Parts: sequence; structure tokens; C-alpha cells
Amino acid sequence: MNDMIVIKDLHKYFGHIEAVKGVDLTIRQGEVVIVIGPSGSGKSTVLRCINHLETPTSGGIYIEGVHLEDKKTDINAVRAEVGMVFQQFNLFPHLTALENVTIAQRLVRKRDKAEAERIGMAQLERVGIPEKANAYPRQLSGGQQQRVAIARSLAMNPKIMLFDEPTSALDPEMIKEVLDVMLDLAKEGMTMVVVTHEMGFARAAADRMVFMDGGQVVEIASPEELYNNPQHQRTKLFLSKILTH
Amino acid sequence: MAGPEVTPSFSTDSRNRNEPFVAWREFPWWLVAIFIFLGVMTYLILTDEEINQAFVFIFPGITTTLYLTLGGFGLALVFGLLAGLGRISQNRLIRNIAITYVEFIRGVPTLVLILTLAFVIVPAVSASFGIDNRDVSIELRAILALAIIYGAFLAEIFRAGIESISKGQMEAARSLGMTTRQAMQYIILPQAIRNISPALGNDFIAMLKDSSLASVLAVRELTQRSRLHAGSTFRFPEAYLVIVFLYLAMTITLSLLLRWYERRLRVGER
Repeated sequence: MNDMIVIKDLHKYFGHIEAVKGVDLTIRQGEVVIVIGPSGSGKSTVLRCINHLETPTSGGIYIEGVHLEDKKTDINAVRAEVGMVFQQFNLFPHLTALENVTIAQRLVRKRDKAEAERIGMAQLERVGIPEKANAYPRQLSGGQQQRVAIARSLAMNPKIMLFDEPTSALDPEMIKEVLDVMLDLAKEGMTMVVVTHEMGFARAAADRMVFMDGGQVVEIASPEELYNNPQHQRTKLFLSKILTH
Repeated sequence: MAGPEVTPSFSTDSRNRNEPFVAWREFPWWLVAIFIFLGVMTYLILTDEEINQAFVFIFPGITTTLYLTLGGFGLALVFGLLAGLGRISQNRLIRNIAITYVEFIRGVPTLVLILTLAFVIVPAVSASFGIDNRDVSIELRAILALAIIYGAFLAEIFRAGIESISKGQMEAARSLGMTTRQAMQYIILPQAIRNISPALGNDFIAMLKDSSLASVLAVRELTQRSRLHAGSTFRFPEAYLVIVFLYLAMTITLSLLLRWYERRLRVGER
């Protein structure tokens, strides 16, 4: 299969602090990669570098062979192909759910209103809340908001979806409805990179799991290998802390 | 809610709604006082011959006052938005130009600025464009002066409004492929302007009052007409009480509208 995302020797400094210390990772088309690790391990930073919300200090990111750090690259065109779902949803509060899923289609994909709304409604149906099309974000529960946020990204027909701790800000009873949508997406063959602590979801969806610590990739393995037979002491320690419950 | 009904007299809700004492305590006596003043003045304008004469002479100036305020504020919104965006620009030159403008204006008294802008800056600029100084009307100079002064104040309001929108909004918009400009225009500014609309309304009222400073340019707005009337008839109390009445009637109406709008805005947020 084709290489969708290639990360080469990625370094990222925030001031004097090196958050990412040389990460190499290749993600193939249709692959679901789940990144885990303690807070401050650099996993979110790597994810944010993939659509250039953070600029790498050194090293390179290639999306379908396009080098993001190249000055000639149209970053907006690349971002239209890379959906991002945030921990805090970041829905546009002044727009209805339907307007949230249509505005970027119209501005970036240049679709007309009718087409954007048709695609938008189809995506709201896919995430299970077409009846909330005319509701404002403040009228929706956290789980519903996150599903609208996923629909908003999917309406752009992205080739890659990035998820940055998508369920960490949700009440426990709403986590499943969001994970179900993500699991469906994984089964449909979407290329996904997910930063999460949902181990059950990881086991069900992941092709590979990446364990990061201290700004470096410690271990890459299938979920079974990682859970049952972690190779590194740091991985064992981390898993023992989160799998005891 | 579960559990037995609480006796209504203990709930905070009923205290505000039903007990007459609290309602009286929150009664807007200040508004009554102002309306009494406005009522007495209206009565005097209708019945007292001297005050009526003053009113008839001064009142036509209201057109000029409104024209100065609306024109000046409209332009000030444009200057303020541009300078506010400049203040937070990544470009060091643009940022410094915007900061210079804002700090310069804020450091000089409004009256001094109006005189300088109308008699020094506008003639100099129009001369450099080859326009005869006398072709720039004094009303237009007053509007430009008010707009430049208020633009600097509005710039700070716009900047604060834009900065009050969480960083995640810009990130979400950019991650969907929008340009910075599209994100600003369709995502950030609509939210920012909604948040700052009460502050903008306050500055509109302030400008309505400051338009009286245009009288030093001999623009025949309300204040200038009062001065003319007072100067020719020596009826000082009549001349000045009439404009106090007119300004207060306008500003109190506007600020009541603003309070009502703010309350509606807050209900909408829930």
C-alpha cells in the first residue's frame, strides 16, 4: 500500500524545551495508528505537526509525497485533505451544526450551497444526529458536539483523519457514541492517526500502536503484542499504570 | 428535582419576584430623576417664550450633530478594525505602525487633536494630493478628525475582542484548509464583534457627546448653535439648558437601548 504520511527525524522545540526528539514514522494508506504515552511525551505535538498547526524545528513531514515544510507547498490545500478532531471540539459557536459542516466546503472546496448542504446532511446522518442540523453548538451535549466536529472534517472528503484525544473532555456516558463513529470510520478504510487513552478502542481499531515517551517513539507494535508482550521497560510501566482498572 | 417542595418564602427565586421590598430596592430611581428633568424641560420649551426661542434656533443643529456622529463613527469602525488587526499582525512593520497610531492618539487631548487634525494634518495631506484646502469642508474635517481619534480607541476594542476568541477557533478553521483571512472573516470576527458590540455602543454614545468639540471648528452643530444663540441674546441659561436637554435625551435613549440589547445578548448565550 502507498505511504500516506512519512515523518522523518522530526524535532520540535518550544523555547528551550525539546518536546519531540527525532521521531520517524511511516503511515500507510488505510492504516489506523494509535499513539499512546504519558502526558508531555510529545504525542499531541507530533499529531499537530502532521497538519502543520505546529511547525517542526527540524525534520520533515510528507503527506502523499508532498513536503509540508517546502515553501512552495500550499499548506491550505494539504490541510483540506487532512481532517483534525480536537479534544475541545472547537465547533464554531456562532454557526448551526449544519453551517459548521458546510462553511469550509464552501470556502475551501468551492462547493455551492445546495451541494455543501447535501454532503453536510449526509455526514450528520453518518454520525447519527441529522435532527440536530439547525441546533447551535451550545444546545448540544459534548458527545453530540464532537460528532458534529467529526462530520465537519469528513465533509471535506479528507484522505487522512487526525484525532487529538477526542474523548478526553467528554462525560463517560458520551465516550461510546464518539468511539463508535470512529470505529466505523476505521472499518471503512480511512487512514487515521489517533492520540487516545481508550485502550478498548485501540484494541478494536488499531493496526499498529505507537508508544511515545520523553519526545521519542519507544515501541511500535500491534495491540496484542503491545498489551501482552511489551518489549521495553517504559512501555511495561506505562501499561501497568493504565491497564490495572 | 426530587424531594419535598421547599417553602416558597425561603427560595431566592420568590424573594426577587414576589416580595415588594426587593422590587422597590431595585427600582431605577435614577431613571425617574432623569425623566423628571427631561419632562420639566419639555414643558418649559413648550411654554416659556425665551426657552422656546432658544430651542427653535438650536434644534436644527441636531442634523449636523447626527451627521458628524454617524459619519465619524462609520469611518472610525473602518480605521479601528484595520488598526486592531494591525496591532496583532505577524508583520513587525504593520504592527508598529498600528501601535504608533494608537499610542499617539491616546497621548494627546481630544480637543487638541481636533484642532491639529482639522487645521494642520488635513490641509497638509490634501495639499500633497493636489486638492485645494478650501475644497475640504469644515464638516468633513470634523468627521475625519473624530474618525481618526475614535479609530484609535476602537482599535483597542477590536484587538481585545479578537484576542478573546479561543485559539482553538483559528486552529479548527485553519485545519479545515481556510486561509488566515477566511478564518478571520468568517470565524473569528463574527464572534469577536458580537462580544464587543456593547463596548462599541458605548463608544458611539461617547462620540455623540464628543461631536460637540467640533464647535471649536465653527461647525454649526448643536453646541455651536447654542454658543451663537447665547452670544447674540445673552440668554446663557436658556441656550445651554436646551443642549443639555437635547444631548441627554439622545444619550439616555441610546444607553437604554444598549442595556436592553446587552441583556438580550446574555440570554442568547445561555
